[in-house]
Amino acid sequence: MSVISNYHTLVVLVENKPGVLARVAGLFARRGFNIHSLAVAPTEDERISRITIVADTASSPVEQVVKQLDKLINVVKIDELAPQDSVEQELLMATVQASVGERSKVLELCQIFSAKVLDTGMQEMMVRLAGSPAKLDDFEQLLRPLGISAIQRTGRVALPRLDHSVLGASLRSLN
Amino acid sequence: MGINGGQALIRALEREGVEVLFGLPGGAILPVYDPLIDSPIRHILVRHEQGAGHMAEGFAHATGRVGVAMVTSGPAATNIVTPLCDAYMDSVPMVCITGQVPSTAIGTDAFQECDTVGITRSVTKHNELVTRAEDIPMAIRQAFYIATTGRPGPVLVDIPKDIVDPANPRSAMDWYWPSDAEVAASLPGYKPHTKGDPVAIRQAAELINRSVKPVIYAGGGILKARAAEVLRVLAELCDLPVVTTLMARGAFPDDHPLCLGMPGMHGNFTAITAMQEADLLIALGSRFDDRVTGRLDGFAPSAKIIHVDIDPAELGKVRRPDVPIVGDCRSVIEELVAALQALGGSAAQPDRSVWKQQLSGWREKFPLTYENLEPGEGHVKPQFVLERLRSLTPSDTIVASGVGQHQMWTSQYWKFNHPYTWVNSGGLGTMGFSIPAAIGAKVGRPDRMVWAIDGDGCFQMTAQELVTASAERIPIKVAILNNAYLGMVRQWQEMFYDERYSEVYLSPDLPDYVKWAEAMGCAAMRVESTDEVDAAIEKANAINDRPVVIEFRTDAREKVFPMVPAGKGNSEVMVDPSQQAELARIRALGL
Repeated sequence: MSVISNYHTLVVLVENKPGVLARVAGLFARRGFNIHSLAVAPTEDERISRITIVADTASSPVEQVVKQLDKLINVVKIDELAPQDSVEQELLMATVQASVGERSKVLELCQIFSAKVLDTGMQEMMVRLAGSPAKLDDFEQLLRPLGISAIQRTGRVALPRLDHSVLGASLRSLN
Repeated sequence: MGINGGQALIRALEREGVEVLFGLPGGAILPVYDPLIDSPIRHILVRHEQGAGHMAEGFAHATGRVGVAMVTSGPAATNIVTPLCDAYMDSVPMVCITGQVPSTAIGTDAFQECDTVGITRSVTKHNELVTRAEDIPMAIRQAFYIATTGRPGPVLVDIPKDIVDPANPRSAMDWYWPSDAEVAASLPGYKPHTKGDPVAIRQAAELINRSVKPVIYAGGGILKARAAEVLRVLAELCDLPVVTTLMARGAFPDDHPLCLGMPGMHGNFTAITAMQEADLLIALGSRFDDRVTGRLDGFAPSAKIIHVDIDPAELGKVRRPDVPIVGDCRSVIEELVAALQALGGSAAQPDRSVWKQQLSGWREKFPLTYENLEPGEGHVKPQFVLERLRSLTPSDTIVASGVGQHQMWTSQYWKFNHPYTWVNSGGLGTMGFSIPAAIGAKVGRPDRMVWAIDGDGCFQMTAQELVTASAERIPIKVAILNNAYLGMVRQWQEMFYDERYSEVYLSPDLPDYVKWAEAMGCAAMRVESTDEVDAAIEKANAINDRPVVIEFRTDAREKVFPMVPAGKGNSEVMVDPSQQAELARIRALGL
């Protein structure tokens, strides 16, 4: 992932029901908003899921994106996280070319980045790194010359920095 | 108490106060039509599902209550997509029940299966596929609650056959009726905001008190909020001129001295120009639609904006307001009136005599006008038909229109002096809207005379619902302004495509509208000259045992003026050709 200039991270709490992700994605499509990345998972409250959307706000103001999202009946709460107010993490998995004699190059990078080797084959190695999106960008760039045969990134998830946290309180109030 | 899902659905509709359903049965919804026989709910059997949807809309427009349509799965659901989108664009409270194939068959491409919830997601305020019989009462309660609160809109409830079919054990359930509190608690993400922020309301009052060229820009939200009376209080308190958008015709009486009429692409010169020249626009339940603003960067360049809307997403969507107020129009206007009174009321208003003189000067110089003909000379002028219809019908007549030239002429020439008397398709611009919408309005307001004003193009899209009207004894009246063309498209081709007419000619005689109307059980007349107009209208007004259709042969050359050409700013409005020279003269003098 290259560095994104015009993006906002939206943390959207939605009712954990069938079709809700389609509503959110459909709204972005219909209003001409762009999604850069998207991650969805249940929260500690089984009735609520958290969707972390990195929205490209070059085309439409983030205020309008948030207001339109908020109109969806199944959207419970939206937090807009500026990068400085949030902790963002992402996970990367990659299969890298590494024949028997070349494995040390991969291992060296893994050591520097604290990445983990998940699988080792005769010609390739599979590695994993979790961390800030910028760190993943660096890792990906350094792996590339070794020959990446498959790469998958999850898209970022984020939570507010703790001294700014209102999210936890609002979740608890739903109980 | 043991009950099946179909019975529960009908009982839930009864509990919601539904008196009329517009619908058409079919395979998947069939089990629900059985308990309907034992229900006091009146069912209007339509001839096409699109008709059911527009009837529900017409009912809602005329009564302010939810219109309800019920159709089967698959093609019936796709046929009602247009009315759903129409209701979504115009914020019409509507609940649509669709049948669905049994839950076990969903996803298998079963007969008459379609992804109704997927297809209608972007044209409804909300929709829901119900999967268990015991969830039906809550789903219906939620649907009515969502459709009628906040910014109103259509809600669709999709019901698989197995949960309503008494032959299937999955339809068995115990009846219960959720409380208001349970309904609200079941929707944790839905909390409409109705009370305006007092600080913003006070700022709005102060802006009004400083404005020397104010205009109230009243939109459809006034009618949705039932705020017509308090709007009048506000306008009279501070002597504020009012424009009423296409969706707000009737929200402020046209015969009121402060009423400037309709703004926008085919609004009248004074309403358009007042907005352009204003120093303050008080937008109440309006949404700065492109048909009102014209080219946005030239719209009302000197105006500060107060924008009141119940939908927060409308504030700043098109034009950034100086004072944004989220809230219900009626409640906010009431608070605004109180704030203005606290600041001195009418005594605190600045001297606006120059502005008032300017407005009355424009009104005098640029009234709506057309060139009428002597009796017997050529085809009837459509504007003349509307003027005569207006004169010969009761003041509180409900008028529904289709979409095109006839719609604009109706909005211009009908004098709307009562709220909820104008039923039209504003946002979506759905041709064929008028006949089913008029039927729905008449069902909702049987005490009122209801006229559908239609074009010949529109009439051919939904005319079959006149069979419904005849069979159900719903005596609406229809005026077809037959100019043998898709008139609005013809107007654009004449003005902007060098008179190269492409696929707009329809023929005056094919179909034979009189025979067609008679075949559908209506009384029918044809009017070909000016001197027959009054007699035909009076005759139609006297027929109350069945629908009546009058076909007026109108002048195809007539164009709708004023007109702001697409892509142009409102300052470039074109008036009637007879007024162009005068407009050029005063423009040179700076209006």
